Amino acid sequence: MAQVVGERRIRYDARGLVEPDAEAPKTSKIEDGRAVFDATGYSTRRVNLEIRWLLVDQGVRDITVLNPGAKHSIGVAILERCRLRFEGSLGYFGLGLIDGPEAEVAGRVGWSVAENMMAGVVVIDKNAGSLAGAALRGGDLVVRGDVGARTGIDQKGGTIIVGGNAGLMTGFMMQRGRQIICGNVGPGLGDSMYDGAIYVAGKVESLGVDCVEAELTDTDEEMLKGKLTAYGIEHPGSFRKFECGRKLWNYDSLEPNERKLVL
Amino acid sequence: MCGIAGIIHKGGAVADVGSEMTRMLQSMKHRGPDSTGFALYSAPSEELVLRIKLADPNAARTIEFSELIEQRRAELEARLGKVGARIDRFEGVTDYAYRAVIDYEGDLKSLVDYVEAISGAEVLSVGHSLEIVKDLGDAVSVAAQYGLDHFTGTHAIGHVRMATESDVDIAGAHPYWAYPFGDVAVVHNGQLTNYHQWRRRLERLGHRFQSECDSEIIAVYLAEKLNHAVPLETAIKESLDDFDGVFTYVVVTRDELGVAKDVMAAKPLVLYEGEDLVALASEEVAIRAVIDHEIDTHDPYEGEVLVWHR
Repeated sequence: MAQVVGERRIRYDARGLVEPDAEAPKTSKIEDGRAVFDATGYSTRRVNLEIRWLLVDQGVRDITVLNPGAKHSIGVAILERCRLRFEGSLGYFGLGLIDGPEAEVAGRVGWSVAENMMAGVVVIDKNAGSLAGAALRGGDLVVRGDVGARTGIDQKGGTIIVGGNAGLMTGFMMQRGRQIICGNVGPGLGDSMYDGAIYVAGKVESLGVDCVEAELTDTDEEMLKGKLTAYGIEHPGSFRKFECGRKLWNYDSLEPNERKLVL
Repeated sequence: MCGIAGIIHKGGAVADVGSEMTRMLQSMKHRGPDSTGFALYSAPSEELVLRIKLADPNAARTIEFSELIEQRRAELEARLGKVGARIDRFEGVTDYAYRAVIDYEGDLKSLVDYVEAISGAEVLSVGHSLEIVKDLGDAVSVAAQYGLDHFTGTHAIGHVRMATESDVDIAGAHPYWAYPFGDVAVVHNGQLTNYHQWRRRLERLGHRFQSECDSEIIAVYLAEKLNHAVPLETAIKESLDDFDGVFTYVVVTRDELGVAKDVMAAKPLVLYEGEDLVALASEEVAIRAVIDHEIDTHDPYEGEVLVWHR
């Protein structure tokens, strides 16, 4: 392993999974500012290094990745405005911690897609696993198929749009933002949500703690129509709106350690 | 964390399940590098296959070790003879793991109890088609060690383990065989929080537990139900109410492969249902390792129970 003085490098690699010396393969075909990269046979780290090399060193703003092979953590931490297209499925934590890209996945994604996205658009053509859009802060996450459990857990902004059904505890601990579910949702919808709104077109199995149905306003209708039209998702007809019942809001009372200080 | 995988070929088709499972498990090495285990099902035969280990793989290789193994091996053969089992083949796969093909008609429990009374001996599996292979290391090294590349069969499950609740040894590795019922095995990802209650209940019914691992409960619990002629699907559904904790588990019998996901949907599972096979795993990469074309996969929902026939 190369010893680099004055530069922090990962040296501990007991399980052989870290690849401290990985380099971008630089095998992309670049034409007219567009790049196509075949990820077959490359590790997660090398795929990500290639994307970074294209964005940062080559200044390419339109990248297509072929055969991502459901690898985990692909396309993470991209802070440039660009177009990304993945021809195939991604594994867990795909497109997490991004700020700016417009990404499309022509396949399925595993757990925690687009977690903590700050801004941008992520569109998934097929299904997504659990925790889609965990801690989402901004942008649009669109899943054309079904999603697993706890979609948008701890969501702090942005919009999650699901063309199909959603599982257990959708919108768990949601704090801000919107969710639009065109299909049915599982038990415990909006459990412990603080704020934000969840729109459901299908059947709601049960509501979670402190989640209540609210009146759907004209502004809501307009927003729903606009969002669904923008992504070419058929409007299912009618939506119901759910939000926080504010029974768990106890912001006025002091925390035990604060009380000690004040009293 | 742990990773689990399963594959079943429909219509009784026979395939290289040994190498398929190796590829699936190797692609999930990052989920558990401590040990790897396989439960492989070949076409059922008249004879019984006994997979047994006679010592711990971590034991120091002293002169005493080889003497001890030799003694235990002789004792094993003697005991098998005494209970009326005719040994067709007896092979040492490693210096502590053995595979015996026997002709035996009697009660499995008494056979296994008698054999396990030998100090250091542990029966990993018994069955007309089931063979469990588990050892320390990743899938490729275990498969190479036990020569699994040419194992043909109809279905298989496997497990890569990251030890959290018990030791890194073979006793703590999955899959678990459902002592004393032939041809039933389980792999599990998760934690069962009412483990001790169920262990005591099952021990009162006369079952032995080889490990301190919570997953072993599932195998014995299901086999106990199957033994009372409860259909596999019903048994799995009942387990969702009976077990507390978070889990996704896969159970296999001679003809079926079943899967259960707990009501909190806390542990992952990705499923691919094709025309000729069903493959499922903790991660999609494992399914991609055996299927080269683009496929549609999905996550089963909370409390879902699914069963397939070979």
